[in-house]
Amino acid sequence: MTDNAAAAKGGAARHAKKTVLKILRYAVLTLIAAIFAGPFLWLLITSFRTGANLYDLNLLVGAYSLDNFVGVIKFMNIPQYIVNTLIITVGAIAIDVVFSSLCAYPLAMMKFPGKKAVFGILVALMIVPAAAGLVITYLTITYMHLLNTFMGCILPCSVGAFSIILLRQAYFGIPKELMDAAKIDGAGELKIWSRIMLPEIKPTVTTVIIFDFIGNWNQFLWPVIIMQDPQKYPLATALQYLNGMFNYKFGYIAAGTIISIIPVILVFLCFQKNYIEAVAGAVKG
Amino acid sequence: MSQLKPKTRRTIVAYCFMAPALVILFFFAVIPVVGSIPLAFCDYSVLGQTMFIGFANFIRAFNDPEFKIAILNSVLFVLTVPPLQILSILLAIFVNKKIRGISIFRVLYYIPVVTSMVAVSIIWGFLFDSNGAINNLLMQWGWISQPLGFKDSPDSAMLCIMFITVWQGLGYYMMLYLAGIQSIPAELDEAALIDGASRFQAMVKVKIPLLKPYVWFCTLTSLISAVGVFDIVFVLTQGGPNDSTMVINYYSYYKAFNDYEFGYSAAIGLVLAVITSVFSIAVFLYGKKGGGMTYDG
Repeated sequence: MTDNAAAAKGGAARHAKKTVLKILRYAVLTLIAAIFAGPFLWLLITSFRTGANLYDLNLLVGAYSLDNFVGVIKFMNIPQYIVNTLIITVGAIAIDVVFSSLCAYPLAMMKFPGKKAVFGILVALMIVPAAAGLVITYLTITYMHLLNTFMGCILPCSVGAFSIILLRQAYFGIPKELMDAAKIDGAGELKIWSRIMLPEIKPTVTTVIIFDFIGNWNQFLWPVIIMQDPQKYPLATALQYLNGMFNYKFGYIAAGTIISIIPVILVFLCFQKNYIEAVAGAVKG
Repeated sequence: MSQLKPKTRRTIVAYCFMAPALVILFFFAVIPVVGSIPLAFCDYSVLGQTMFIGFANFIRAFNDPEFKIAILNSVLFVLTVPPLQILSILLAIFVNKKIRGISIFRVLYYIPVVTSMVAVSIIWGFLFDSNGAINNLLMQWGWISQPLGFKDSPDSAMLCIMFITVWQGLGYYMMLYLAGIQSIPAELDEAALIDGASRFQAMVKVKIPLLKPYVWFCTLTSLISAVGVFDIVFVLTQGGPNDSTMVINYYSYYKAFNDYEFGYSAAIGLVLAVITSVFSIAVFLYGKKGGGMTYDG
């Protein structure tokens, strides 16, 4: 055997070893994926199953159809809950985006007395656990006569200190010349903000919208506390409520849950880069 | 406004910009926190009169057997869940390979993080049911003859809560650690390998020490959320069966919105807030000291 052939044989062996390792790696990755995403896949399959015992593991038993989706929409008033969720989510996002980006602007770009104090309070608000104030928030909403209203549901979950601090960071990236040029043109502050500054921080506004969307769409606790009328519940709260009542119709609950999960997963998939960068940025600062 | 000095004018403009957000934060973030301090010292219930009762709520709490159970359960939870969440470092190292399709796997691991706790509890509630898929599978394989109680049994309900919390959070911490690993310059790793270190040594001696700020941040974040665990208990077990999953935060909620004892609930909430704030301030101070991070809440 020549040296060359031996080297080739060794190369082939190494290559085979590499392939085996690669396959092994994918096998482990898939196994972990089964643990994390498997339950969702199982729910998706269940939501299409009818007739058969839903508990049956043999997926070939029973028929597959859209019956559960039709049923849950017809009998459980899902369209109403979706509308409620949209009102709450869109309302909270709109208030947060407009007010927080307004608030962050002077904090980043202007000099005025009390700036440090305002910023300090915002940081402190992020540190104090929000759950501590549930009772007082409830009493405040009651005094404002907002109990059982969408406004009462939206307001406490709208403006967040986190959004303001995130947006303030974004304003820092705007070149000073841009602002000076606008000042020379004699534009009013509000006009400078809306025409020149806001477009510059679009990527961060998108990040705030994604965080708010996921947070508010998934929100379930606050609506339970302040909505006396279950017809005003958002989807997540309604599912929790219906799950207690319609235990025997799990196919319906499964379909309803799938309907509630899909928008969040879609938003996450579309903006995952944006979202993950912001999550990671929390550590890097 | 043109008669005003430019400095005064600028101050007015600045506060006009901030006013809407600050008003909302004042009512729904500042007042709730500041207001629960006096409330904790009052006997406030929806019916009767509000009375200042000093430390009576706190004294009652430390003689309340159910509160003791809640503390015990919370301690158990805090000692179990955050250490398990450190496993996400291994997961991060494992997915930090540039191979085809790896980003799909990362996204799949992240799906539980963005899903609502209600959906998560419906899925696991059904999987853990006495007729559910897991029991079915175990019986088919002949590993058990009787269905296991899982979340319906006082012996295992807490384990289910812990399992679901770890399951839902692992992807989140994995992403944070992954960002940390990717911020380490590749040359450092290569230099260690050239110097004759094994891959494992390079990981333990080079990578993990450089990840310290991330480990610190993630551990404190997971501690804070473990101390305040609430959502999963609310949707899956409501503290039961037999108080086996009754944790401090849920007990505080339960006292307020089931028994309408707002003052007592606020006192318990205050104890919890103080514990959490200590952890949070630690994170924040570490970040300020140059740990290379800021706290996002």
